[in-house]
Amino acid sequence: MGVTAVMAGSAESASRGRDARKGLALAAPALLWTLAFFALPSGAIAVWSLFRREGAELVTTPGLDNYRRFLDQESFRLGLLNSVEVTLTVTVLAVLLAFPLAHAIATRIRPERQRLWLMAAVLPFWTSYVVRSYAWLLVLAPEGVVNGTLMTLGLIEEPLALSFNRGATITGFVHFSVMLCTLTIYASLVRIDPKLGLAAADLGANRWQVFTRITLPLAAPGIAAGAFLTIVITIGDYITPQILGGNTELLMPQIILLQINRRADIPMAAALSMILMLMVTIAYLALARWLTGRRR
Amino acid sequence: MSAAALRQHATTGLILGPLLLFVYLPVAVLVLFSFHEGSVPVPPFEGPSLEWYREMLDDERITDATWNSAIVGLLSSALATLLATLAAWGLARHRVPGRRLLEGLLFMPLAVSYLVIGVGLLVAFSAVGIEKSLVAVGIGHVVLNLPLAFAVVYGQFDPEQARLEQAARDLGASEPQVFLRVTVPLLRPAILGAFLLSLTFSWDEFVVAFLLSAFDPTLPVVIWGMLRTGLNPQTNAAGTLVFLVSVVAGIVFELAVWRRGRRERLG
Repeated sequence: MGVTAVMAGSAESASRGRDARKGLALAAPALLWTLAFFALPSGAIAVWSLFRREGAELVTTPGLDNYRRFLDQESFRLGLLNSVEVTLTVTVLAVLLAFPLAHAIATRIRPERQRLWLMAAVLPFWTSYVVRSYAWLLVLAPEGVVNGTLMTLGLIEEPLALSFNRGATITGFVHFSVMLCTLTIYASLVRIDPKLGLAAADLGANRWQVFTRITLPLAAPGIAAGAFLTIVITIGDYITPQILGGNTELLMPQIILLQINRRADIPMAAALSMILMLMVTIAYLALARWLTGRRR
Repeated sequence: MSAAALRQHATTGLILGPLLLFVYLPVAVLVLFSFHEGSVPVPPFEGPSLEWYREMLDDERITDATWNSAIVGLLSSALATLLATLAAWGLARHRVPGRRLLEGLLFMPLAVSYLVIGVGLLVAFSAVGIEKSLVAVGIGHVVLNLPLAFAVVYGQFDPEQARLEQAARDLGASEPQVFLRVTVPLLRPAILGAFLLSLTFSWDEFVVAFLLSAFDPTLPVVIWGMLRTGLNPQTNAAGTLVFLVSVVAGIVFELAVWRRGRRERLG
């Protein structure tokens, strides 16, 4: 190896360093913004969750008091339990409803029209979640469209209790999540080569086997992505249970905002936010494990 | 039409019909009863009437909030799109060490609920003395939209585009020519898409705006306040306005991405 090669090597590494610096400089504003207004505030939540409020005072000696209170007080524990139950129900229902919708669009509609159908199927996705929950109230309220129609038809005498309960909260959540999961599942399904199914059928697989052995495994990433986004959104949403759920039971986000607005107890709100993030992390790990388990 | 094809169509309709009814029912009811004549938006429908739209336009809370939402939405989306495009450019076209880690950091806010991001900003801002204001809301909206905008633009910087740029160079194009005639036209739909996606999410966003605004609420926050009075056709009218703006932005977004998809198939 001669001197020229060494020089060329160092020139190359110098230009590579320059290239890396250029790339970093371009990415820096976005990275700094995310650090300053996302990572630091997240750290602040972790720190504040160790403080506690006594009367109007903020006690900044770190301790686990808020977490102990969470474990001791039934109302907090119940809030988490409600949130987990609602989130799991919503996720399962959303995937079960979104799959046939996405599958029908991906397999039963002509390819050049699929995009249009998909757009049509998820158009209400673009409604604000405040407006969407209010819209469901119009449908489910005691004097709302469903009860009004059923009563006019003479099918019921008294309005059914469709709103201000857990069922209404779940309906509102599922409505949004179905559209979200339809998008992610469709994205997986449309990439499946139809020849795979035909080949399996040639080799003697029946339709059920083609579905469970080919379609479902290849759609798994879309299902997992949709389920994860559904979980993040459902477990952290305050509006839907507040508008549709009535005051029969509280979910975690409602309890968190209660701490902020009514009790001005930011440390407790921070501790509850940490617990919410923990739940999302668990969901992420579970879904990631399910995916890698499937691939094997 | 053969019997088999007919049965095929019937099955498709049986699957799609009920699901589409479920998806569209609330929105249809919302829009229909914004034209209701009576003072409670419940059946039977009377009208149509534009009374509640007139009432809405006369309501300063709503018109002020619409401006606030528009300003926050436009500025925060523009900033999020700019930061996202620069970052996508830097990470896709340059060899940055630890690229995976940096991507992970940029995507991270997607995995955290808006409520938690809002609580974090509330804690951090009060600790350093930043007042609740529209600016605070805008900062929060950039945080929410940056990962989405980054995902949309970053996806466009695929190897295919790098090959096209290289091909232009090989055919004798200068760097500015490559940039103006190849890179920008290929990126334009993605940048527009990122901007529109951010715009609809900011326009619709409630909890961060609720936690970080004081005397200048955005439209979703005002609509939330209106809900305390129960079912009211004026809320329907305001909701329809919000929906209409989002849908238009959503459709243009879809078309921008769609055109890109079609070109990819043709190319």
